[in-house]
Amino acid sequence: MAKKGWDEFEIGAMLRTFDGKIDDIAGTQQEDRAYSQSSSYTASVADWRLIKPIFNKDYCIDCQFCWVYCPDVSIISRDKKLIGVDMDHCKGCGICVEVCPTNPKSLLMFPEQADEETEIASWPKKDEEEA
Amino acid sequence: MAFDKMELRDIEVWDGNFAAAQAMRQSQIDVVAAYPITPSTPIVEGYAQFLADGYIEGEFVMVESEHAAMSGCIGAAAAGGRVATATSSQGLALMSETLYQASGMRLPIVLNLVNRALASPLNVNGDHSDMYMVRDSGWIQFDAFCPQEAYDLNLIAFRVAEDHDVRLPAIVNQDGFMTSHTAQGVHTLTDDVAYGFVGEFKPMNDMLDFEHPVTHGVQTEEDWHFEHKARQHNDLMTKVMPKIKEVFADFEKLTGRKYSPVEKYDMDDADVCVVCLGTSVETAREVAKEMRTQGIKAGVIGLRVIRPFPFFEIAEALKNVKAIAALDRSSPNGAAGMLFNEIAGSLYNTQNRALLSGYIYGLGGRDLTKAHLVSLFKELQANVDAGKVTTQLQQFIGVRGPKLAYL
Ligand code: SF4
Ligand code: SF4
Repeated sequence: MAKKGWDEFEIGAMLRTFDGKIDDIAGTQQEDRAYSQSSSYTASVADWRLIKPIFNKDYCIDCQFCWVYCPDVSIISRDKKLIGVDMDHCKGCGICVEVCPTNPKSLLMFPEQADEETEIASWPKKDEEEA
Repeated sequence: MAFDKMELRDIEVWDGNFAAAQAMRQSQIDVVAAYPITPSTPIVEGYAQFLADGYIEGEFVMVESEHAAMSGCIGAAAAGGRVATATSSQGLALMSETLYQASGMRLPIVLNLVNRALASPLNVNGDHSDMYMVRDSGWIQFDAFCPQEAYDLNLIAFRVAEDHDVRLPAIVNQDGFMTSHTAQGVHTLTDDVAYGFVGEFKPMNDMLDFEHPVTHGVQTEEDWHFEHKARQHNDLMTKVMPKIKEVFADFEKLTGRKYSPVEKYDMDDADVCVVCLGTSVETAREVAKEMRTQGIKAGVIGLRVIRPFPFFEIAEALKNVKAIAALDRSSPNGAAGMLFNEIAGSLYNTQNRALLSGYIYGLGGRDLTKAHLVSLFKELQANVDAGKVTTQLQQFIGVRGPKLAYL
């Protein structure tokens, strides 16, 4: 968002999330919504993150637990299929990994600088003790 | 309108709580969310009774605490309604976290604060500890010295707070028990005239406006927090006082009752003066009148508006005074009193550097007697005669045991 002076804000800790009227917000995907420039959606919080979730679709059963539990709506799911993580808004809390029920987990936390392809190639094997 | 009008006599015998409740009724508040606490309980009880009897078309939300009360008020105000509540002391302390949400979100809620001491030790009687506790919370603060003023200032508070250039919540203070439970004759306005003065509520950026969706109470972090707070402070420092004066003037035109951010009594030629708040102002006026018969040119200043602090009006009112006593009814807890500090701040860069001393009095409902004020005025006169403060700068009035004085 363009930087504004203190006298350029509307009064109140208030943002206009959308440009204009919103009709079917529940039925409209984020990428199709008319977010305004002042919407929190335009603000990246990626720099808060020290560790990041990496998603391995080989093990995923599309149970949607991670999507339900992510406090920042950062798990991207389309047609009930997990397709990735919104890395602009994921804060790296690891909740999605905690709730993932598969063995091995389909989501794991890695250092922010880890390379996705490398990590997926050496994904942990099934944990026998847990099974 | 779908509610009943109430027939009032020109003068009704009301205590401060009932006067505030009547003003809330006449303002036709949409939502009151409240939790009972002494001595402010009768305000929301009165409102609830008016609602039950069909005099109000609104909602009364019973909640489990004062924190929830103000939270409910904030939600209702953000949703686009006229909102008010009442509290005191510990209730305000519990509510205080949410006061900052209300002011930061620029929601024009009116809070009747019936001033009472803060525990511990537990005490239901009046002092100004609660008023002082939230003085930096971004709320406009008015102070009523009697039931009439509790009535009038409620009507005025809605007008100021809801102005679209202001959009800040407002507290109307009155002294616990002394004002809240003492019945006096109160000049009333008819329902139509009172509502006409307050005006219809015009929501701004309300959440229930689906044509223009907004997010209230957003997270801004270091990016924009400072700018939002700067804007709020700027509006308090520059916009609110002119608006208060404008509404005071309109109220005077309507009722003949004149209010001023700084209420001056016999200040034209005063050499010595007492600055105080609440019911003490009336006592001080009585004593000042008596001091004049003894040759002491005494005056009194009562602060009608505490936030924004009336720096310029105070400096103007005190410009010819030689000795000033700032009376604070709250434990200073390791500092000079609020009035002492802020009056010092108001005068520091002016031509008149009057002799200033601070007095702490009346904690937990301890009386401030006329005898106390007589000796105080005499002390001020002694300071004038000596050309310096002859005592320590901070003294305690009426505390048992050895005299306390500091600084
Ligand atoms: S790490 Fe936390 S914020 Fe990021 S996707 Fe997982 S649950 Fe959401
Ligand atoms: S919780 Fe695990 S298995 Fe379930 S959808 Fe998310 S990644 Fe897939």
